[in-house]
Amino acid sequence: MYDAIIIGAGVVGCAVAQQLSRYAGRLLVIDRMEDVADGASKANSGIVHAGFDAHPGTEKARLNVKGAKMYKELAGELGVPYGQPGALVLGFSEDDRATLNKLLEQANANGVEGCRIVERDEILKMEPNTNPAVVCALHAPTSGLVSPYEMTCALADSAAENGAEFILNNPVLEIKPTADGNWLVITGRDEYKTRAVVNCAGMGSGVLHNMISTRRVKLIARRGEYYLLDHAAEMPFHMTMFQCPTKMGKGVLVSPTTHGNILLGPTADDIDDGYDTATTRKGLDNVMDKVRLTWKNANLRLTITTFSGIRAHEEHGDFIIGKVEGAPAGAFEAVGVESPGLSAAPAIGQELGDEVAAFLGLDRKDDWKKPTPIPKAFRVMTDEERAEAYAKNPEYGTLVCRCEQVTEAEIRAAIRRPVGARSIDGVKRRTRAGMGRCQGGFCSPRVMEILCEELGVSPLEITKCGGDSRLLVGTLHDIAKEARPDEK
Amino acid sequence: MKNELTAINVDILIVGAGPAGLAAAIAAKKAGIDSLIVLEREENAGGILRQCIHNGFGLHRFKEELTGPEYAQRDIDTAGEMGIDVRTGVTVLSVTNDKVVTAISKKYGLQIFKAKAVVLAMGCRERPRGALGIPGTRCAGIYSAGTAQKFVNLEGYMPGRRVVILGSGDIGLIMARRMTLQGAKVLACVELMPFSSGLNRNIVQCLHDYNIPLYLSHTVTDIHGKDRVTGVTVSKVDENRRPIPGTEIEFECDTLLLSVGLIPENELTVGAGVDICPATSGAVVDDSLQTSVPGIFACGNVLHVHDLVDFVSGESFKAGQAAADYVRGREHAGRAIPVRDGAGVRGAVPQQIRLEKGAQHANVDIMFRPDRVYQNPYVVVTADGKPIFSQKKMIMAPGEMANITLTEKQLAACEDAQAIEVSISLEKPAM
Repeated sequence: MYDAIIIGAGVVGCAVAQQLSRYAGRLLVIDRMEDVADGASKANSGIVHAGFDAHPGTEKARLNVKGAKMYKELAGELGVPYGQPGALVLGFSEDDRATLNKLLEQANANGVEGCRIVERDEILKMEPNTNPAVVCALHAPTSGLVSPYEMTCALADSAAENGAEFILNNPVLEIKPTADGNWLVITGRDEYKTRAVVNCAGMGSGVLHNMISTRRVKLIARRGEYYLLDHAAEMPFHMTMFQCPTKMGKGVLVSPTTHGNILLGPTADDIDDGYDTATTRKGLDNVMDKVRLTWKNANLRLTITTFSGIRAHEEHGDFIIGKVEGAPAGAFEAVGVESPGLSAAPAIGQELGDEVAAFLGLDRKDDWKKPTPIPKAFRVMTDEERAEAYAKNPEYGTLVCRCEQVTEAEIRAAIRRPVGARSIDGVKRRTRAGMGRCQGGFCSPRVMEILCEELGVSPLEITKCGGDSRLLVGTLHDIAKEARPDEK
Repeated sequence: MKNELTAINVDILIVGAGPAGLAAAIAAKKAGIDSLIVLEREENAGGILRQCIHNGFGLHRFKEELTGPEYAQRDIDTAGEMGIDVRTGVTVLSVTNDKVVTAISKKYGLQIFKAKAVVLAMGCRERPRGALGIPGTRCAGIYSAGTAQKFVNLEGYMPGRRVVILGSGDIGLIMARRMTLQGAKVLACVELMPFSSGLNRNIVQCLHDYNIPLYLSHTVTDIHGKDRVTGVTVSKVDENRRPIPGTEIEFECDTLLLSVGLIPENELTVGAGVDICPATSGAVVDDSLQTSVPGIFACGNVLHVHDLVDFVSGESFKAGQAAADYVRGREHAGRAIPVRDGAGVRGAVPQQIRLEKGAQHANVDIMFRPDRVYQNPYVVVTADGKPIFSQKKMIMAPGEMANITLTEKQLAACEDAQAIEVSISLEKPAM
């Protein structure tokens, strides 16, 4: 019997797990995918929003502002890339000015510090590559950037170091209350009994909610497509550049990432399949059309990849956080966590974790281990630090990913982490191997070899991202024999 | 703990021990340079040739047909016999414009070299799917042709059973044949352009001989499959290379191989402050293969993507020789005259020819690619607009690098020129 089972190992589920791991209880995190952060948490803008977008009085507004203020310290503790370059929301007309003034009012009402309206000359001084047609902008100096998947992985590790169990690749089929006042979670591979269940299942959270509650929720899958550009010698923008928001979301942005890439997107298209993360010609073209309003001379020559992520938009537009209404006691949830969900995640984790612990009557642990910060990446070390890292571990001497300068030592460490990488993409998210301009062309065979050595499996079992995503179909002999069974 | 990072002095440091780096090393050693180190990031020298187990290498240089590993082994053996210091498993992290090279390896740790001359020979890499912006899912089963070649030829595994190949670059064509022989079904080779970017001999020997259809003016417009590729959509494109709605063909396949271009790997070059040529994506060099930074030379696929290794070796011998001359203080002197791409010409190398007025001029080879297919064209070189060279060709195609040689006399006619231009003309120029 568990004290709590958290369904969903995205940034929210892992933040809740980390908070709950501060209490003396038996904790399990399960997810349908083979890795943590394998849904919306791996495919979003990576922005820690200042908090001027959400309407005052909403959970989105409150948790965004609270969460954003927690980021700097939390990211530092976890050793996760974070920065606070600020943001501009661009206005190109006097109509837009009215919108920006409204955003400024919201910023003030929500308690966002330092926002002000800036005029064209100042904008062009701050960000010279802005489309000169710009009229005015809202400047939000506290807007931040974080690597969302690295954040999630680090939260998961911290929870696991404090006793939380993770069983991944384990889709939940059913949750039901038991006669003795507990809960049964039935998955594709097992059944688990627990005193409390916490639904943090992202796009899947609506179905789980409706399974146990008399009050319906409806989630809309809102897909956003992106372009990711390579590190450039000169970054075109240092801040996150928004356009005026629409009813579908914050619009298309141009932003640096914590790793010095440039991100363009997202679109916002409502789709039927909440797990369909394909990109489309129309969506990608749409990104570029809109990006050119911000960045007139944008060119795609530096494109590394395109991707899409899905926002779980609740039809009434706000987060639903806390005890599940209309369900028996012991059920908790974070439903409809779309943007600014990443920004809000630390606050959601803290509040929801504490609420669940209070319900369970758990005591704080005396021996909670602080997170082990992720070591500085070889890529950003000085020569002296590199020499030192090598002296401690000669595997720092072998570069596996040449584009992002990732060493064998770092790849092995990523696999050995408490919630370690089990696939090529798992290694990529934790180390950046394969994240660069060659997109794993050179390093994926070597990463595969290291995964095999560390996990003691055959290359035929290694997947790109779990499930049936195996990279190889057989040995040369197997396939030749299959094609020509009669030949010797 | 603080490690001592004292610089190791060396006359010539060569980055890369593929065919380019090895040839440069052999030439420099032959020219009498003993203080010479070659750094190679892989565990073995030989570069990409190691996985090119098909034959057809060395026809020009050795007058025989070798496999890739055999060709590489000849240079590896020669370097070994000459006592050249080739260090493998060493990754160069940076090269500065004053030729300080920082490298790391499991064997030696972090090392800093101070070189008198540096030869850049890092080769090239394949353009990945992401760079093309092909929509669809990002599932397993999408490989660049070279990655698939590594899995098959070096690791002994098949990456798929039913294959579509996008792009008709040589590696893709070679892999069409290789995977077919190994029991896979290659359904199609799809090329965006109205002509192939590969060598004609590979179209014949790798596609036609195995009845693999080549779809010119087509491209992949969607990729299907959640975990692993289950199919791709191929569409015909118009003259502006935009997909034409209604022309979609669906292929059921588990693998998409990409052979859509090679990109010289110039991160170190850029870091050293060397000028890059937009047409080749390689360094701007003069006829001695010296870059815009004195004492830094570039050769092979890092300079411009070649079709044949024989020409890589030829170019790299020159670079090694020139680096040796530089170390000896016999710098290639003279005024640098820019070589420009004229009509029909892409990426002429070298981008500069140095001519000392009145001096004896050695022959200069200029390599480039035509921008499309030409029948019976003339390659024309002008100096300030005046034709100084003309040569008739039977056929020219972007898939085959063109090569012309300017002689002493023709170069003498360029001595006072502000610019030299190479162009392709369908009419015979008046000389």
